[in-house]
Amino acid sequence: MFFVAALLLAAALWELYKQFGPDAGGGVLGWTILPRANDTAMPHVWEMFSHYTEPDRRGSDREVWQVVLSGAWYSFRLALLGFVLGVTVGLALAVLMARFRVVERGLLPYLVASQTVPLIALAPLVVSWGGRVQVGDWVWPRWLSASVIGAFLGFFPVAVGALRGLKSPPAASMELMDSYAATFRQSLFKLRFPAAVPFIVPALKLAATASVVGVVVAEISTGLRGGIGRLIIEYARQATSEPAKVYTAVFGAAALGLVMAGLVALLDFVLMRNRPKEHVGEALA
Amino acid sequence: MSAVVVQGVSKVFNQGRPNQVDALVDIDLTVEPAEFVSLIGPSGCGKSTLLRLIADLIAPTTGSVTVNGKDAHRARVDQEYGMAFQQAGLFDWRNVAKNIELPLELKGWDKQRRAERAREMLELVKLGEFADHRPWQLSGGMQQRVAIARALAAHPPLLLMDEPFGALDEMTREHMQAELLRICAETGTSVVFVTHSIPEAVYLSHRVVVMSPRPGRITDIVTVDLGEGRDDDTREDSEFFKKITEVREALRAHQPGRSDRIGQAVEDR
Repeated sequence: MFFVAALLLAAALWELYKQFGPDAGGGVLGWTILPRANDTAMPHVWEMFSHYTEPDRRGSDREVWQVVLSGAWYSFRLALLGFVLGVTVGLALAVLMARFRVVERGLLPYLVASQTVPLIALAPLVVSWGGRVQVGDWVWPRWLSASVIGAFLGFFPVAVGALRGLKSPPAASMELMDSYAATFRQSLFKLRFPAAVPFIVPALKLAATASVVGVVVAEISTGLRGGIGRLIIEYARQATSEPAKVYTAVFGAAALGLVMAGLVALLDFVLMRNRPKEHVGEALA
Repeated sequence: MSAVVVQGVSKVFNQGRPNQVDALVDIDLTVEPAEFVSLIGPSGCGKSTLLRLIADLIAPTTGSVTVNGKDAHRARVDQEYGMAFQQAGLFDWRNVAKNIELPLELKGWDKQRRAERAREMLELVKLGEFADHRPWQLSGGMQQRVAIARALAAHPPLLLMDEPFGALDEMTREHMQAELLRICAETGTSVVFVTHSIPEAVYLSHRVVVMSPRPGRITDIVTVDLGEGRDDDTREDSEFFKKITEVREALRAHQPGRSDRIGQAVEDR
């Protein structure tokens, strides 16, 4: 309900600015910061949506909504794979860091540094590395690079969140497991992981959206066909004649992120259904 | 065979460093089967450290610890003791019965046997109808009873308790003390019990071990002959008050900051 209301509000604000904003842009105290409100820069909201039912190209029998939908589905599968890869790597790193303090101190700074590498620079690198990978008959497909880049963005919040969660059990609980002579594996699965769930779930939300961003940016910068990222580029090129068309693909990408976030919300509900409510706040604090 | 034998044990933290602490010096202590022994003393006297040495959660610097005839490490691996802390420390993601089953799971018991034992333990602590509740739905006293049930689930001959009732209100606390005595009498479990409370130590114990700090050592052992089957009337018994006075005086005799010690401190200056 609130989501729909917020959407309508955003559309209303857009149109309001378009109505009263300066067509050629404007300045405040000498700085040009007000966006141009003409039809090329800010098309009407209804024009954006009217494009959905038009043919993709002249003479094409597929309408734009079908193309956007199939692009979003393609990217969704890549993002999902990237998400799963990222979460797996993130959890594995967190366990390793929780097990060996020396790994945590050695690795964590590099993990932070890894996230400052510009994605645009990284994407072609991953593609070229992937191009050299060949195991027997199996050749690295180009789309896998996009998933890997999605995973690269997604693993970080999971690694950091899970590490904090794995270290969250109070000393008395750890002593309790020690008093039972529990092995690391036993205390990992019976204490540390369950205790980490309230920390991992918010990290999964970040990872889900990050993997979508990673995949879309990777598609754009490597020119991978078939996905929503490529579609944004294609439609953006037609901006001079059809300025509103690119928004159809942009909305598609946004919807993609929402679907991923929705899946994680479902996971959240399942994992947290038997927990006391305070714990959610604790993890966020 | 004694439940616990501590022989010539000392514990030094941060040995050889400027912040070296002699936590325990020359500790000898024997706990007999079905005996209830309390450790009492001011903060820093090493009573929790001694409990953790018996539990093999830390290793002694010198001396030896045996539990039920086995060396402390072997005893821990064989779950010869159960442990309860000030915080019940139940796992929120498990219901009450599954919390009690935890030590049995770690021992590799099968599901049916675990469930039977959990039911038995819940009856023992009189929480039969709460098996499916979540820990946070229980009061503090009930949580602590679940923690005791968990500690005793594998039927260990020894129970180690670190101020288990410290966070409870006075009424609940007295009720829990009576319950603990009943449970120990029914199961024949020996107990080593760390506490700050003199009446609690006297009410529960066969012997009260009085400790003093810097360095942590045993200064007195007060034997309490209140007999078995202690109840609320015991708390009004003259023998009960006599023993409380005795323990209090034993504690005072070594309390830092007493007039004789102040005099000494002034002289040192």
